[in-house]
Amino acid sequence: MSIDIEPTNFSTLSAVTTAPSWTPGAPEPRPRKIGGLRRTDVLAVAGAGIGSLGVTALLFTILPFSGALGFILIAYLFFIATYAVLVSMDESRVAIRDRVAATVIHSIAFLLLLALIFVVVFTVIRGWQALVNANFYTQDMSGAGPLDPLTMGGILHAIVGTLIIIAIALIIVIPLGLACAVYLNEMPGPFARLVRTITEAMTALPSIVAGLFIYASLILAFGVQKSGFAAALAISVMMLPIMIRSADVVLRLVPGSLKEAAFALGSGQWSTIWRVTLPTAKSGLMTSIILGTALGIGETAPVLLTAGFTASLNTNPIEGPMISLPLATWEFVKSPEPSMIARGFGTAATLMLLVVILFAIARFLGGRGAGNLSPLQARRAKSRSKRDLARMETNRIEDKSVFANLTGIT
Amino acid sequence: MPPGGQTPPEPRVLTTRRSGVDRAFRSVSGASGAMVLIIMTLVGLFLGIRAFDAISDAGFSFVTTQVWEPDGGNFGIAAILSGTVFIAVTAILIVVPLSLAVALYICEYAPRRIKRTLISLVDLMAAVPSVVFGLWGFFFLQNHMIGISRWISTYFGWIPIFSVDGSDPDDPLSTATVFTSSTFIAAVVVAIMVAPFTTAVMREVFSQAPIGEREGAYALGATKWGMIRSVVLPFGKGGIIGGTMLGLGRALGETIVVALIISPIFIIQPQILQNGANSVSALIALRYGEATPFGTSALMAAGLALFLITLVVNFAASSIVARTRSGASTNE
Repeated sequence: MSIDIEPTNFSTLSAVTTAPSWTPGAPEPRPRKIGGLRRTDVLAVAGAGIGSLGVTALLFTILPFSGALGFILIAYLFFIATYAVLVSMDESRVAIRDRVAATVIHSIAFLLLLALIFVVVFTVIRGWQALVNANFYTQDMSGAGPLDPLTMGGILHAIVGTLIIIAIALIIVIPLGLACAVYLNEMPGPFARLVRTITEAMTALPSIVAGLFIYASLILAFGVQKSGFAAALAISVMMLPIMIRSADVVLRLVPGSLKEAAFALGSGQWSTIWRVTLPTAKSGLMTSIILGTALGIGETAPVLLTAGFTASLNTNPIEGPMISLPLATWEFVKSPEPSMIARGFGTAATLMLLVVILFAIARFLGGRGAGNLSPLQARRAKSRSKRDLARMETNRIEDKSVFANLTGIT
Repeated sequence: MPPGGQTPPEPRVLTTRRSGVDRAFRSVSGASGAMVLIIMTLVGLFLGIRAFDAISDAGFSFVTTQVWEPDGGNFGIAAILSGTVFIAVTAILIVVPLSLAVALYICEYAPRRIKRTLISLVDLMAAVPSVVFGLWGFFFLQNHMIGISRWISTYFGWIPIFSVDGSDPDDPLSTATVFTSSTFIAAVVVAIMVAPFTTAVMREVFSQAPIGEREGAYALGATKWGMIRSVVLPFGKGGIIGGTMLGLGRALGETIVVALIISPIFIIQPQILQNGANSVSALIALRYGEATPFGTSALMAAGLALFLITLVVNFAASSIVARTRSGASTNE
């Protein structure tokens, strides 16, 4: 089979490369600027800003408009329109679209990030009155009624409850979740596929349904009382599929060549996983654990159904009701008393602080990828290889002497 | 027949004799897989069995009835399920453009210096407990949204979903309470709550858009927006859909935010600005305490319905994502 292509006759193509003319001694040509801001860009933005503010102010005085939000919205729309017109004076249509898209994306991103930060700051500000009192962290609410000032009572019971509940949940979820994720990756087969499908389906499980499941099974059917343990189980059911899924994705990213190298060196399946796969994926696994923990710690709905409610400190997860920080927030803000609402905000702020601490720990423990050692770890690795070298040296000498004894050759 | 009349050598049978540790490891991890499967099946089974009482009692009217009086025998999920869907869909309509813009900003526009900070910020925001967003919505946004709600209903009230009964724009003394505790306000808070999740998914996929194609677009004279439209967005389609569906799943199941903001009603009310809304998870959270065994069974049935919907959304998302280009490389 042949393809009909006109052979190109290169000799007929006249391609001449001309160097830019520049005679020695002449002033060197200035390099063109290809990035950065031009004066017209700045002027267009400033002009559009001033113009839109002016037009909107005029509209608000002559037409029956009102409200700050409305003002901002209308001014923003005018700004986009004016800006497009100004840019159109010295750019093509393609460039106008580019500028307008960039403006819209910048403003929306700014808006959303601002809103997110504002949510956090608002919580801290409203809870500040409660947060500054030391007793807020060292007392429980058993001695404080709704009318008591913020210098009485605190959320120690909720902090302890949260820590106990999440600790139990993690004791269940980490080994089970990691083992299951390793299973999905290392022993593929029809059964693993089934487990993976079911787990992925379960990531959609609404958290309240997880709580309802434990409530109906453990508490209603088996008569276990509402307790921290029941809450931990509910949270585990919610966290398990999320953790398995993210750990599964991370483990899948471990290069197959690394594992094959380990197998080629004669290592078994378990030692390959323990010494190669898991350390390589350590940072990602840590992230998935911490994200799962953060989700579990902040979840109100499952705890609401299973932990009961208490105003006093309870450190026994098996017996008696327990309360967690999000649940305490929910209970506090149900009260109309301003001091209780301040306590609610303070509790929410404490909860966020706990999440931030968790993130910091995760960064500290798992922030480095495999092979990137901290100075301390590097020193340890160095001394370890020195010891190995010494050991090998003595082994070699021993081997030599054994060899000499056996054969008589030195 | 090979020369010499020899029979061809049998292919060697390769077997692996696993060490004791490996055998132990294989059985332990297999058992953990089985255990996870059992737990997850148990959740579904248990929900189904407990819900069976209520569903068999109500029959088909379970899907069509709007009121919720299980002990009177008159209950159904028509109102609460539609309320859940209204809140989730409104939230998604708000969140998609927002998180799309933020993901594009972080990926394409943000200066390199603040890029890492922004990524950590979004990740951290995804971990902020929902109750924090609920507090913000209840104590701050509720009051400040009334103006916007009123404005929309005044100028766009002719569209049925934006109309509000009992509001009169010409009467300055008309009450503002018809605009509070509405589907819209709950949806805005839910939208801001799920925005970090959807943004994180979209950003992840956008950042994987092949550098060669980006530079190809620039070399052909594309502007930055042209490059985004012709390379990043088509490549990231899977991530956009996947992130949206993930957000939708979370929005459908969100409990505390919705329970804090809405005032529960039991009629199908598609007027999203009007006071009164409902959702399955809020109903469960508010009613489980006083429910009789049969009432609990009815709540279970509602939870099961919610779970089935989120399941469908989840499966739809993963099948769509798997078929796109960006999904093909990341998901299986």
